[in-house]
Amino acid sequence: MAKIIVHQDAIKDRKEVVKVCPFFALEYENDELILNAACKMCNICVKRLPEVFEYVEDTLPEIDKNAWRGIAVYIDHIEGNIHPVSLELIGKAKEMAVRIDHPVYCLVMGDKVHDMAEELLHYGADEVFIYDKPQLYDFRIEPYTAVFENFINRVKPTIVLVGGTTVGRSLAPRVAARFRTGLTADCTTLDVQENTDLDQIRPAYGGNIMAHIHTPNHRPQFATVRYKIFNSPERSETKSGKLTSCSISDEFLISKINVIEIKKKEKLKSIEEADVIVVAGHALRKEEDLSMINELADMLGGMVATTRPLIEAGWTDPRMQIGLSGRTVKPKLIITCGVSGAIQFVAGMNSAEMIIAINSDPKAQIFDVAHYAIIGDIYEVIPRLIEKLKEFKD
Amino acid sequence: MNITVCIKQVPGTAEVEIDEKTGVLKRNPIDAKMNPYDLYAIETAVRLKEEKNAVVKVITMGPPYAKAVIKEAYMMGADEGCLLTDRKFAGADVLATAYALSQGITRMGDFDLIICGKMTTDGDTAQVGPEIAEYLQIPHVSNVRRIHEINEKSIIVEMDMAESVEIQEVQLPCLITVEKDIYQPRLPSFKLKLKTANRPVQIITFKDLDDKNVMHYGLYGSPTQVLRIFPPEPNTTSEHWEGDGEELGEKLAEKLKELKFV
Ligand SMILES: Cc1cc2nc3c(=O)[nH]c(=O)nc-3n(C[C@H](O)[C@H](O)[C@H](O)COP(=O)(O)OP(=O)(O)OC[C@H]3O[C@@H](n4cnc5c(N)ncnc54)[C@H](O)[C@@H]3O)c2cc1C
Ligand SMILES: Cc1cc2nc3c(=O)[nH]c(=O)nc-3n(C[C@H](O)[C@H](O)[C@H](O)COP(=O)(O)OP(=O)(O)OC[C@H]3O[C@@H](n4cnc5c(N)ncnc54)[C@H](O)[C@@H]3O)c2cc1C
Repeated sequence: MAKIIVHQDAIKDRKEVVKVCPFFALEYENDELILNAACKMCNICVKRLPEVFEYVEDTLPEIDKNAWRGIAVYIDHIEGNIHPVSLELIGKAKEMAVRIDHPVYCLVMGDKVHDMAEELLHYGADEVFIYDKPQLYDFRIEPYTAVFENFINRVKPTIVLVGGTTVGRSLAPRVAARFRTGLTADCTTLDVQENTDLDQIRPAYGGNIMAHIHTPNHRPQFATVRYKIFNSPERSETKSGKLTSCSISDEFLISKINVIEIKKKEKLKSIEEADVIVVAGHALRKEEDLSMINELADMLGGMVATTRPLIEAGWTDPRMQIGLSGRTVKPKLIITCGVSGAIQFVAGMNSAEMIIAINSDPKAQIFDVAHYAIIGDIYEVIPRLIEKLKEFKD
Repeated sequence: MNITVCIKQVPGTAEVEIDEKTGVLKRNPIDAKMNPYDLYAIETAVRLKEEKNAVVKVITMGPPYAKAVIKEAYMMGADEGCLLTDRKFAGADVLATAYALSQGITRMGDFDLIICGKMTTDGDTAQVGPEIAEYLQIPHVSNVRRIHEINEKSIIVEMDMAESVEIQEVQLPCLITVEKDIYQPRLPSFKLKLKTANRPVQIITFKDLDDKNVMHYGLYGSPTQVLRIFPPEPNTTSEHWEGDGEELGEKLAEKLKELKFV
């Protein structure tokens, strides 16, 4: 544990010193400079004015890290199909497990999920724990949390990875709180140290800053990761590892929630699944011009997505929005057409494998992340591009 | 019926820049504001109040100047407000934030429904709501995009899943986190501003809470630690093409062919 001590005597300029903190956490109380509740322990003050601010570590009883072994992945599934984010996490877990010589575990819960669990053995999990109960058919928070708790008590994993799906983002904090441990949200980089401490890097402030986060004295270390951040491992023909059926008594599966109905949203393949995405930006002058973008996407076997202004204009469905308040995508190819590249948009697409941006403004921000920056008018470039692609097809 | 809404004060802009050499945030002290997602939470509560005769309480944990968001909530129709503030709460991560809030909420009296925003625009973890529910041992539903009905015993809500919508009936008391399209938030009313100008904000500090173990709050109660912050990496490999629009179109078609996308 650590704290920041203020050396009052070392303060030279009483007004300026307050500005050192970007979080407004410095203030005077009875003439004394203090760190108020806004302090994030970011240590910026310590770096800027080391003579005034001192970082000190108190020694607290340390937990026994050797008592916790294995990297566990929560397997999310929809209608009997494994959510691909869970496979990506198995890949990541394997990569880290090798480094610390730990096993990789999977946790599967649901109703009639045995076949699905077996499939996981093609992806390199060492042991798959199955909780198969009719009460787990629908996602309801209390039974799912209880099963997760049972699993952790049984297995004692040092790291738990959960996909950042609707279910994962609701379940992971609940379980982490039950174990009074830390949870880092939406990690984009994960690495493990020899002592099993997890290095977690995640974007915050809408993708404007990256934070490197540790959970040094608590276990398990929980992290959520969004879909398409890591790569899915190859499915191997042969199976490895084993399946373990677990039981939990019915009294833990009681819920105050009753699922009345599950309605399908109208079927629209989600842009997260597309390998190729063509993005229509605010440069489009009228709704009809979307047809040009649609045609380009069709030619490339891809999907159309848009920036927020087009959703706000009501031209496109909100599920087609990429960005901070939309979807995160990681296609093989993304072509942005008349998109300025606001950070909130870029946060949702900058891990695409290939980024091609068309914009008439040579200073457009989107060019900072583009592999190919095409400085031109979309109304000139795209029609010719489509024509040419048609020629190739014939 | 008592409805408690959790609201947070966040920086006025998300456009922070970091000095790469020093790792320091380059930000002018710009006004702080209410987390935009919490406006939807307040709106939801006020709509339910108009329909069901509920009392709407708001709570925020933060430094003393976070009182401003309580005042703003009053202008939208909240009835009571509480600021949870103490130096001992400083440096809190999600776990310690949720714990202090759960203690504060209990301190404020009875609750039937707790409403949180979907996420914040600074920490943006979307974890605080579910963790509060865990501490209070009540059920929760995240990503609520619609409320069908509420009565003395339960609430029926629509949870927004990626490809489907799940309609759940949840017994009260419970916690929900609401999506931003649930209702259009009203603007703060000038009439309410005048009417609530002198309405007090209850201040709750560490010594008012039931649990007085300092190890459960602030930095000490936080399992996660932010080691370092830094700017996202810019992409360095980039090729710039200029010229006639039609030529660019042709060149791009050739490129896509070369890259095996056609
Ligand atoms: C909290 C928050 C969350 C947000 N979340 C998202 C999000 O999830 N997704 C999102 O997209 N936005 C989001 N935004 C909005 C974001 O800040 C931008 O406003 C938005 O992304 C801009 O969209 P745009 O690039 O299409 O439009 P603009 O910024 O208007 O850019 C249009 C671009 O087209 C170029 N152009 C114009 N005419 C032509 C032409 N004929 N040929 C070629 N180029 C042309 C211009 O040079 C310009 O660069 C969010 C904002 C906030 C505050
Ligand atoms: C760069 C950075 C990264 C961080 N990453 C993590 C992390 O990964 N894990 C972690 O545990 N902590 C993290 N923290 C700390 C975390 O942001 C704070 O603890 C914060 O108090 C709560 O999280 P949030 O802003 O993400 O809220 P969210 O969970 O996104 O907020 C959801 C809702 O909870 C309610 N709420 C949240 N905070 C308050 C409050 N103070 N008062 C009243 N209601 C509130 C609101 O209704 C809000 O809409 C990080 C901090 C920084 C600076």
